[in-house]
Amino acid sequence: MKILVCISHVPDTTSKIKFSDNALDTNGMSFVIGPYDDYALARAVELKESHKATVTAINVGKSDTEPTIRKALAIGADDAIRVDAEPIDAFFVATQIAEIAKSENYDLILMGREASDYNGGQVHGMVAEMLDMQAIVPCMTLDIDGNTATMTREIEGGKEIITCDLPFVAGCQEPIAEWKIPNMRGIMMARKKPLKVVEAVQPEVLIETKSYELPPARSNCKMFTSDDMASLVRALKEEAKVI
Amino acid sequence: MSVLVYIEADNGTIKGSSIEAAFYASQAAKGQAVTAVVTDKLEDSAIGELGKYGVQKVLKVSDERLAEKPVAPIATAIAAGVAESGANLVIMARSSLTDAVAPRLGIKIKAAVASNVVALPSQEGGEFVVKRSIFTGKAFVDVALKGDKKVITIKKNSVSPQATDSASVDIASLDVNFGDKDFSITLKDVKKQEGDILLPEADLVVSAGRGLKGPENWSMIEDLAKTLGAATACSKPVSDMDWRPHHEHVGQTGIKVSPSLYIAVGISGAIQHLAGVSSSKTIVVINKDEEAPFFKNADYGIVGDAFDVVPKLTEALKNA
Ligand SMILES: Cc1cc2nc3c(=O)[nH]c(=O)nc-3n(C[C@H](O)[C@H](O)[C@H](O)COP(=O)(O)OP(=O)(O)OC[C@H]3O[C@@H](n4cnc5c(N)ncnc54)[C@H](O)[C@@H]3O)c2cc1C
Repeated sequence: MKILVCISHVPDTTSKIKFSDNALDTNGMSFVIGPYDDYALARAVELKESHKATVTAINVGKSDTEPTIRKALAIGADDAIRVDAEPIDAFFVATQIAEIAKSENYDLILMGREASDYNGGQVHGMVAEMLDMQAIVPCMTLDIDGNTATMTREIEGGKEIITCDLPFVAGCQEPIAEWKIPNMRGIMMARKKPLKVVEAVQPEVLIETKSYELPPARSNCKMFTSDDMASLVRALKEEAKVI
Repeated sequence: MSVLVYIEADNGTIKGSSIEAAFYASQAAKGQAVTAVVTDKLEDSAIGELGKYGVQKVLKVSDERLAEKPVAPIATAIAAGVAESGANLVIMARSSLTDAVAPRLGIKIKAAVASNVVALPSQEGGEFVVKRSIFTGKAFVDVALKGDKKVITIKKNSVSPQATDSASVDIASLDVNFGDKDFSITLKDVKKQEGDILLPEADLVVSAGRGLKGPENWSMIEDLAKTLGAATACSKPVSDMDWRPHHEHVGQTGIKVSPSLYIAVGISGAIQHLAGVSSSKTIVVINKDEEAPFFKNADYGIVGDAFDVVPKLTEALKNA
């Protein structure tokens, strides 16, 4: 079985987001594998052990993403591909992934349900549509028996259990697997694993970024005591007008 | 701009978020045609409600297989609606269905796709610009969508729908040629808590964290929620420990909510939790630690023991 795992390279979730010169200010920021992609990778590595799969990690990014890709190799991917381009938008990224997947016949294309930076949540659906496959999102459990996968998909207020034949795309979230932390041996081995750099194809991009802004800060928090809940209820009714 | 809106129903009624989408569509249309596509079972009388929010024509797709809300066939059906109506812009309210449908539809109709949109578009000088929430609520970006076709998904509370006097709606049925592989997913089982208010749809949310000590203490949270008519939510450790079901988990790696009121009980206010809830209109925090970071991101706060404060708040709401 051949598995492709798509990895985004995003600021650590504790990062304070700032912009300068109409771009993300990455000064002092550390970058990680997107938390949802990390779940997808963890499940892929488990399948590698249980189903004799090979796992390829792919990232669309410039050379600064290589430490993130090496981390995916240290966690257990066998090899990696970097498509050498800025990930301009979801359509651009999906086009690159579909282009590579067309010739490689992966049985499974896994990624996170969304990237935690631009929150597009579109790459899985776009790749699937380009390859005429199903995309299962958000995928909470994934088990494979022969050519058929059984999955749990989260829906409003609950979940559904579905089956789908390989190949397909899944956008993963917890509790599909536990995040894996690379060990020393993994880190050593990752240095020797193949990381292929390929050129990007150039589709017509339809989205242009104009400007960024930060949400307004909340004004001072008004405090109440537990013996005066009537005043809080009044404030919610008359001041905030939310109840 | 000619606009198409996808309307979702739940148990025979139009979802509140889809009413927002209909109103959004009619505002964005600026007087041009607004067509809706419905794939769920809905009585014509219920569909008529859309007229009050500016929809003129409804294309109804009747196919039993769509009752399970399968993603790929619904994307095909909406694409057929776009072809039939000649719409340039497709609006959908975010849901677990439309989040998956929008990117497929974008490829099918060769559209620019923007998800997680929080306000009406600006259409000055012929440029179509929308504001998206990014970095899980920590920032916004304005993006221009180019090309003839556009698809956008909107976040809850992006507009406040206002009904006008009922106008008549023209209802027609739409035939769809589904693709060979559209129905290749088999639904085995659905596990859904019936009767509860759905968290992503809720306008009021009561959420609790590890400060509650254990799942046996949730009855006071449920009482408060019931008194308000609110949905219940929780922090990540709470769902990780199985104190509460996963679909209640909000934050960076959970559901993102933007209700009018978010009440946080015994939640410290970690940056990853705030990420999913900070776009709530009003935030109330109950925590015994006056240094809890959540107070810096709240509008109203009570420093105190949840076991003392929550029943008193419920009581005060009942008496008000
Ligand atoms: C990549 C990543 C993603 C994450 N995603 C999420 C996410 O999506 N959602 C999320 O919630 N977290 C997420 N987290 C975890 C997050 O960092 C925090 O650990 C988590 O939010 C803490 O949950 P909590 O506030 O319930 O618990 P704690 O931090 O333990 O806080 C409990 C609070 O309860 C208060 N308390 C205790 N007893 C009482 C009492 N009797 N009465 C009143 N108050 C009391 C305490 O003062 C404390 O402030 C993520 C972390 C990472 C690294």
